[in-house]
Amino acid sequence: MILLYSSPEALLIQLKSWTVSLAPAAWQPVLSSAISALVILLLFAGIFALTTLVERKGLGRIQNRPGPNRVGPCGLFQPIADGVKSLIKEDIVPAAADRAVHFLAPLVVLAPAALALALIPLGPGLAAVDMDAGLLCFFAVGTASELGAFMAGWASHNKYTILGAMRAIAQMISFELPLVLSTLTVVMLSGTLSLSSIAQQQGSYWFGLPAWNVFTPWGLAGFIIFLIAATAESNRSPFDLPEGESELIGGFMTEYSGFKYAVFFMGEYFGMFAISGLTITLFLGGWNAPFSFLVWIPSFIWFLIKLGLMLAWFIWVRGTLPRVRVDQLMNFCWKMLLPLSLLNILAAIFWHFTASWQFPGAWGLRWAIGFGMIALPFIGISQSGARQKKWGPRIYRYAD
Amino acid sequence: MSAVFIFLAGLLLASSLAAVMFRRLVYTALSLAVAFASLAALYLHLGAEFAGFAQVMVYVGAVAILIVFALLLTRNAGSDPEHPGHGGSWITGAAIAVLVFGCLAFNIVTSSACARPMPNPPSITTRQIGESLMTRYVLPLEVLGLLLTAAALGAATLALEDKRKS
Repeated sequence: MILLYSSPEALLIQLKSWTVSLAPAAWQPVLSSAISALVILLLFAGIFALTTLVERKGLGRIQNRPGPNRVGPCGLFQPIADGVKSLIKEDIVPAAADRAVHFLAPLVVLAPAALALALIPLGPGLAAVDMDAGLLCFFAVGTASELGAFMAGWASHNKYTILGAMRAIAQMISFELPLVLSTLTVVMLSGTLSLSSIAQQQGSYWFGLPAWNVFTPWGLAGFIIFLIAATAESNRSPFDLPEGESELIGGFMTEYSGFKYAVFFMGEYFGMFAISGLTITLFLGGWNAPFSFLVWIPSFIWFLIKLGLMLAWFIWVRGTLPRVRVDQLMNFCWKMLLPLSLLNILAAIFWHFTASWQFPGAWGLRWAIGFGMIALPFIGISQSGARQKKWGPRIYRYAD
Repeated sequence: MSAVFIFLAGLLLASSLAAVMFRRLVYTALSLAVAFASLAALYLHLGAEFAGFAQVMVYVGAVAILIVFALLLTRNAGSDPEHPGHGGSWITGAAIAVLVFGCLAFNIVTSSACARPMPNPPSITTRQIGESLMTRYVLPLEVLGLLLTAAALGAATLALEDKRKS
């Protein structure tokens, strides 16, 4: 077979179809799926190893300490040491635990996260599963991780794990609403649920500048709401109440050790990669380059750069913000994010129906009105909330 | 019948049986979730993408989680909640189930709809379902939405009332 070079993505696809064509015809579909699964797992396991190192290093920098720096040059081999450690560590199952459910819980957390990763398109044609209802599938798959949290919390037979599981489920159910509602605007305006078509539609340029969804008023608001809800969905700080160390030891993962804990950890990070990938696909232009003169860089490189930036953002937030309280978390979700994401749908409808405005300055006016439709209610809600709690302006007192 | 169908149907039957047979409430809840998920997989196997994913989101994501949450709120961590056995009532139950199944199966097999040649199944995409929901069936959709909103508001009111009294 001759490899016709047209683009780096096409080269990868041709390479895969050539490998598949070597196998007997009956095995070809199986082999094709297996190769996709292997690539996804290896790629994201590699990113997982790198992220743990970068996270520990970054948090160390933020907290004014060096971070891991003993294993290899600059601590570069720390993930390998961590992996070996978790593999050879004793696997402790509490005597009162429900063994079967205790064993299954980490798998129920990891498997859906890996499945969600398969739906994210890394470039044109570079999605392991490219289906019409991709976005729907993403959220359907995500629901299983709640069951995993419950199984872990219940099977350990420990009051801290039960409290952690309860917090995790309550938080995930609540934040799923703004999460799904904020993606609804993208679905409405692009008219498709397919993730690769949504990314494709953001590929045009306007005087060399990108036409990403985040540069529209509804897209900007949706992006911010989605990012906050995604942080809560993946149990990251400042919403890491389910494993709040100071009050719950380790939340629903308290009774897990060794490799089972590592699988939980991996599932959590895979979930974070998947939701970052979805953010990039929906709002940040997917695999498209940010400027038209940079399109010569392959699409998957752009996707990975954006993924790295998203992960850096998550690490930065974790190192900076203190953990919120349970009541603050719930109030914030139900009284702030949910009304705003509903209003954001109205803003998206406004943007859609004023697309025909042609007079000079129409784009700026649409932007201003659309932005005001969300920004003014935001100010109103926060002001009224502060008035209800009788919060005045903040006064800083310095030590004399 | 393909191997995938037989596997999924077997899983569905086994998990639904497990959901009624297990003594421990947690096991029944979890096997109910497996039953819902395997039914969704059957839908997907038949090419009904929307129905399959909606099944997972509604039944696994909401119904099963609700049951599980109720378990977490009402039981102690250390105890194994067991519900009492079915006693002799299971014979009556099984008899009624067999009778109902027999009636339905007999009527379906002898009906005129079964005698007709099977038409080619139409390929319905999620887009078509969405479009018909937003055009032809928009009134039922809105009425359902109103009903659910009223139910949610009612539930919130009941919960608030309780809090004020105590």
